Amino acid sequence: MENEKVQISDEEILHIAKLARIKLGDNEIQDYKKNLEEILDFANIVNSVDTENIGETIGVNENYNRFRADVVTNKEMRDKLLQNAPSQDEGMFRIPKVIS
Amino acid sequence: MIRDDYEMVIGLEVHCELSTKTKIFCSCPTEFGGEPNTHCCPVCMAMPGTLPVLNEKVVEYAVKAGLATNCSISQNSKNDRKNYFYPDLPKAYQISQYDKPLCNHGHVSIETPEGEKDIRILRIHIEEDAGKLNHDEYGRGSFVDLNRAGVPLIEIVSEPDMRSAEEAESYMRKLKSILEYIEVSDCKMQEGSLRADVNVSVRKKGSTEFGTRTEMKNMNSFRSIVRGINYEAERQIELIENGEAVTQETLRWDDISGRTFSMRDKEDAQDYRYFPDPDLVAIKLSDEYIENIKKALPELPESRKKRYMEEMDLSEKAANFVTSSKYYSNIFDEATEKCNNPKAVSNWLMSDIAKVLNEREEEADKIPFSGKELGELIELIDKGTISNSIGKKVLNELFENPKAPSKIIEEKGWVQISDEGAIKEVVIKVLENNPQSVADYKAGKDKALGFLVGQAMKETRGKANPQMLNKMFIEELKK
Repeated sequence: MENEKVQISDEEILHIAKLARIKLGDNEIQDYKKNLEEILDFANIVNSVDTENIGETIGVNENYNRFRADVVTNKEMRDKLLQNAPSQDEGMFRIPKVIS
Repeated sequence: MIRDDYEMVIGLEVHCELSTKTKIFCSCPTEFGGEPNTHCCPVCMAMPGTLPVLNEKVVEYAVKAGLATNCSISQNSKNDRKNYFYPDLPKAYQISQYDKPLCNHGHVSIETPEGEKDIRILRIHIEEDAGKLNHDEYGRGSFVDLNRAGVPLIEIVSEPDMRSAEEAESYMRKLKSILEYIEVSDCKMQEGSLRADVNVSVRKKGSTEFGTRTEMKNMNSFRSIVRGINYEAERQIELIENGEAVTQETLRWDDISGRTFSMRDKEDAQDYRYFPDPDLVAIKLSDEYIENIKKALPELPESRKKRYMEEMDLSEKAANFVTSSKYYSNIFDEATEKCNNPKAVSNWLMSDIAKVLNEREEEADKIPFSGKELGELIELIDKGTISNSIGKKVLNELFENPKAPSKIIEEKGWVQISDEGAIKEVVIKVLENNPQSVADYKAGKDKALGFLVGQAMKETRGKANPQMLNKMFIEELKK
């Protein structure tokens, strides 16, 4: 089964860039478009596999039910966790004001 | 109330923090109220190289919740990533469930003025909570506390089956009660462990199509849910009546101004790009596993209600009230066992105890005494040791400083006077002091008797046995 070539619009590229918090210059849109189309074409090869008699796949490998017992083992380590924070105050990360 | 020719369509997404000891994907404590960032580890903070491992209790509790709400349990389930940027979400994705939630298609029943009504549940899935942002009033920035990040949640999504704010409240109360009974959450709304996103739309009565809906985020009291729904419905009707359109958007309800505000920052984030989390493996549940959880479920409110009505002869209203909360129901069972007077117990719960809680704006979990103590109080009244009005004073004491009622009445000197000689003494004194009332009574004014009994009660500070007083007054007045 031959897949049709993927086509992405400029709007879609800008939307994806916005979701990813990437600012694109006008001249970059075409580059990203070309790259993304190639990636999607590559991934689409999977669609040509005949899956008629194959059951649904859940999970990325054969493993399942890897659980943890509900027991507290972690110790407080705030100083270590905050040591690389660019800014902190009263044991919290300080960030630019978020309007709520 | 909204205009007669419209009806509301309401659906709720209820988030409930599970009362596991540890977080959903790491072994940090879930306890509420710790110093900022002290219940955190590299997993909570999304440090590079960390990996999540699912807490087995989270699966168990979610299955319990599913079974208690008549859902079918998925034997094959998985976790997915929901992607969005927000500073309270360090990984920039929330691990949730998308197309394979643990529980599907359940229902709970609520009481409405028209009788019982089923509210359908679409699904229940497990996910992690986000952290908390603290805002500084001096504008020095925002402060991130990740203690709550990774606390396990179940999200219970209803179908749009509710038609009034009252129905939404009943549904929320019913869920809270069930979740408390099965002990998967403490359901403390003021601490945010039970909260709801409320979807509201309106339509002309008789119409089968849905109107455009809006969503109010993070409502955490019954009162704001009711107010928010009524406000939103009225706002939407007004727009429609003015020929304008309702915009589908996410709103924030503000309790102080009693209004909703648009949360524009959430508008662009609707594209969550869910995909299976490759760091986690599938969840497969055997029939045996599900059956074992089912067998271990405690008695649920529906069944308790039936038992109270059939075996204890409570009215439907009383049985509904007593089973509305695990705390009421447990106190009821304990008190009834002690005093063997179920009707009196339900009356005390419904009237005096509920009244105090109402005044304090508290829920049943805040009752500071046990059923044993309430049972003893009722026993003391039934035996005639104290009068009903002293009983009410004992109840107030139980709220202030709970201890055995027999101890309270002993310490306060509240034992009812049932000694004939002592009562006679009071009766004669009252008669001597109130010649006018005596004359009135003899002239046929029966009301005067009530006044005299009242005076005697006052004289004994409520401790005289009222039946004996009555009898003795009549006897003396006949002389």
